[in-house]
Amino acid sequence: MPLWHAERKLRHVDAVILPGGFSYGDYLRCGAIARFSPVMEAVVDAANDGMPVLGICNGFQVLCEAHLLPGALIRNDRRKFVCRDQVLRVHNASTAWTARYREGQELVIPIKNGEGGYVADKRTIEELEAAGRIVVKYAGDNPNGSYRDIAGICNAAGNVVGLMPHPEHAVEALTGPGTDGLGFFQAVLGVAA
Amino acid sequence: MSRFNLDTVQNAEATPELSQPYKDLGLADDEYERVREILGRRPTSSELAIYSVMWSEHCSYKSSKIHLKQFGEKAPQTDVLLVGMGENAGVVDVGDGWAVTFKIESHNHPSYVEPYQGAATGVGGIVRDILTMGARPVAVLDSLRFGPISAPDTARVLPGVVAGIGGYGNCLGLPNIGGEVYFDESYLGNPLVNALCVGVMQRDGIKLAKADGPGNKVVLFGARTGGDGIGGASVLASATFESEGATKRPSVQVGDPFAEKVLIECCLEIFAADLVVGIQDLGAAGLSCATTELAAAGTGGMDVELDLVPLRDPTLAPEEILMSESQERMMAVVTPERLDEFLNVCKKWDVTATVIGTVTDTGRLRMSWNGEQIVDLPPGTAADEGPVYDRPIERPLDQDAVVDVDGSGLPRPRNGDELRALLVRLVAVPNLVDKSWVTDQYDRYVMGNTVLAQPEDAGMIRLAESTNRGVAVSVDGNGRYTRLDPYAGAQLALAEAYRNVATTGAQPLAVTNCLNFGSPEDPGVMWQFAEAVRGLADGCRALGTPVTGGNVSFYNQTGTSAILPTPVIGVLGVIEDVQRRLRRSFHSDRARIYLLGETKDEFGGSEWHALHGFLGGRPPAVDFAREQMLAEFLAAASSEGLLDSAHDLSEGGLAHALVECSLSGDVGARIELPADADPFVLLFSESTGRVLVSVERADETRFTELCAEHGVPCEHIGDIDLLSSDLEVAGQFRVSLRELRAAWSNQLPMRFER
Repeated sequence: MPLWHAERKLRHVDAVILPGGFSYGDYLRCGAIARFSPVMEAVVDAANDGMPVLGICNGFQVLCEAHLLPGALIRNDRRKFVCRDQVLRVHNASTAWTARYREGQELVIPIKNGEGGYVADKRTIEELEAAGRIVVKYAGDNPNGSYRDIAGICNAAGNVVGLMPHPEHAVEALTGPGTDGLGFFQAVLGVAA
Repeated sequence: MSRFNLDTVQNAEATPELSQPYKDLGLADDEYERVREILGRRPTSSELAIYSVMWSEHCSYKSSKIHLKQFGEKAPQTDVLLVGMGENAGVVDVGDGWAVTFKIESHNHPSYVEPYQGAATGVGGIVRDILTMGARPVAVLDSLRFGPISAPDTARVLPGVVAGIGGYGNCLGLPNIGGEVYFDESYLGNPLVNALCVGVMQRDGIKLAKADGPGNKVVLFGARTGGDGIGGASVLASATFESEGATKRPSVQVGDPFAEKVLIECCLEIFAADLVVGIQDLGAAGLSCATTELAAAGTGGMDVELDLVPLRDPTLAPEEILMSESQERMMAVVTPERLDEFLNVCKKWDVTATVIGTVTDTGRLRMSWNGEQIVDLPPGTAADEGPVYDRPIERPLDQDAVVDVDGSGLPRPRNGDELRALLVRLVAVPNLVDKSWVTDQYDRYVMGNTVLAQPEDAGMIRLAESTNRGVAVSVDGNGRYTRLDPYAGAQLALAEAYRNVATTGAQPLAVTNCLNFGSPEDPGVMWQFAEAVRGLADGCRALGTPVTGGNVSFYNQTGTSAILPTPVIGVLGVIEDVQRRLRRSFHSDRARIYLLGETKDEFGGSEWHALHGFLGGRPPAVDFAREQMLAEFLAAASSEGLLDSAHDLSEGGLAHALVECSLSGDVGARIELPADADPFVLLFSESTGRVLVSVERADETRFTELCAEHGVPCEHIGDIDLLSSDLEVAGQFRVSLRELRAAWSNQLPMRFER
């Protein structure tokens, strides 16, 4: 169900995905304006009440701007947009969105971003590591200079996950590198893998 | 108090002898005289603005028109063309109720001046052309030419152009699925940036650019009008400026992709509710073009209150408003009954929309400024009846010399070691190297329907998630071939794009073209142009693929030296089941490698010649009958699922194709050349009509039968070896994939990574 940015209610949805894209052109800081969309207030409330929320790419940036997740995403260290098939390693297989995977499992999922470098202060990073809140890391070549190869993180409760790669582009062999991304959606839908 | 003097119609009548800066605006003496004749008086400065931009080479095609009409005269019989040339873009029936529109356009000069914005707004412009037809834009491709890879200016232009194309297209959420990048000295001061967009719609959803129905409202919507993109207009406006003088304005437009994204979604909602009578995007010549063309194509008249145009810069003079090329604007014609609904959709999307005029049956385009008449002209005279020139044509004096000195004396490799050395050098040639440094800056996945993208032979998209039907598109051009023989060069580009589409398993249907040349005032350039158009028109007739539209870009030259003549041809094809698409990479162990087609000793214009710094002789011969047979074979073989991989042979010949197929699958191959073949010619010749395929052993018998049925020559030349990490040519040489990959993939990052 599509939700309009100006809505104030979530219309009884069970989970929310903030998709990728370029909200408001990202002319300011990525996600900085979208975070003030009226609908975001409802998303924040629902997330704090435990509703599964997944932010992909620009959605991840919005979640950080909305302080549902710590840290921020900055310009890629190579200073250009990068679109490629990326190997990821699952580090937390117990969130609402990654329960279909095994810890240590490798996934091939496209990334495509210009500002995907995850940064946070040292203490936050240590806390994330210690609490198992780093959900996925880049395996092999780090595409954007993210600290500790971080590709995605979650909140303390594990219901809110943000990641830079695009699992929705790995759901069909015909149009993506494979079907490794399906698990994110199956997990929240509760369907058999 | 305004900062300009208003030149009204009344004023023009009262001051017939006022001197006007028409030359600064690019109008010739006789063109200005014709304007005076049409109007029966001198034009107002606003009218002069309109005629000068509408009669410019860019908008009027005045030098190319008499040649381009061959595309209509020689058009093949076809029932797939729903909208032909002359509209914003052609529309092709791709079956099952679906229609596809596609077009390529140049943004060469702006991309040299300001690479990022020039290229970005090039994408923005072609996307609006596609949107205007009623289609959802679904993919872009880009064809690029730069100066030598080592030139300092290339390091300025290339990264900016690539970032601009990516920045705009990625933000719009349009996958970039293909294109080409070439380097040549002649493009150093004249880079070429040609962008192609593909749009999808239902057959009955086509919209046209015409203002029908007196009383209907003319709505300008989208971005506000600013001072960007005004070339000569400031010259004009400054002629009447008060003491503060003219301000320097940027002549390259600035793009706002988010505004365009919103505009796209807004328009699609408007189309879905059927709220417009006609629609036109604002591109080159801005409001001048939109108003004259809409009026000329419709009932014939329009009244516009120009002072109602929403402005970003409130100081703009009417002449500047008329010529502004501010991006992300559209003009619609809406019935009074549907107007509220239309404006409500715009409001929902936060798109500024303003009624600025009314359709009339007066046969006149009339514009007022705060109640005073400033324009009163017959719109057809500006839109359709511009000057037409039959420019002098002369075969360049050096053409014979270029063809006669054919490079037959160049030293050919004599043994396996020399062949190996040549191969390793050739894969590192800028025109042949891995382009992923460029293409990885483009989002190829967005929308979720990309079936094939670069570096495949053609891009392919599924029309929607609800169907398996798809379209494939390729753009190709080779300035070196065209320099040697413009007639053949245009046909070679057509044959190459056609074959690229066919190699994915799709059936080629229709053609778009972007003709990049030097100055039409140079008879030698005009000869190249005339020959190329003639070649393309003849080629399209031979292949049965009509030209649906295109673009001409002249004046790509520095001083007297023109670019290599560069017709870039786009071909669109349809595939009923995208699951049957063919990819280029070798992947099945022990699969048999076959070469389809025939190889001749053809090196004119080749990359091997370029390696020697040489350009001469005749380009490879084109055989359209053979191309058609090959395409029919590939479609049949793909639908029977007989081919494991397929890759078109082009620059660099068989050797380069083998490298690409092996590297993209990361598997080795063992090649055994036929005993009677000259290894150098077979490996490096650039003969056309050839495709490299691999076939699983179980399918081999049926495969060779099918080749025979279609009259396609096929020769077994080797096998895939999954365990090998080498490309081996038996009895000649062996080279590791690691060495090839290093040579092939390092070039662009090494030059442009900073």
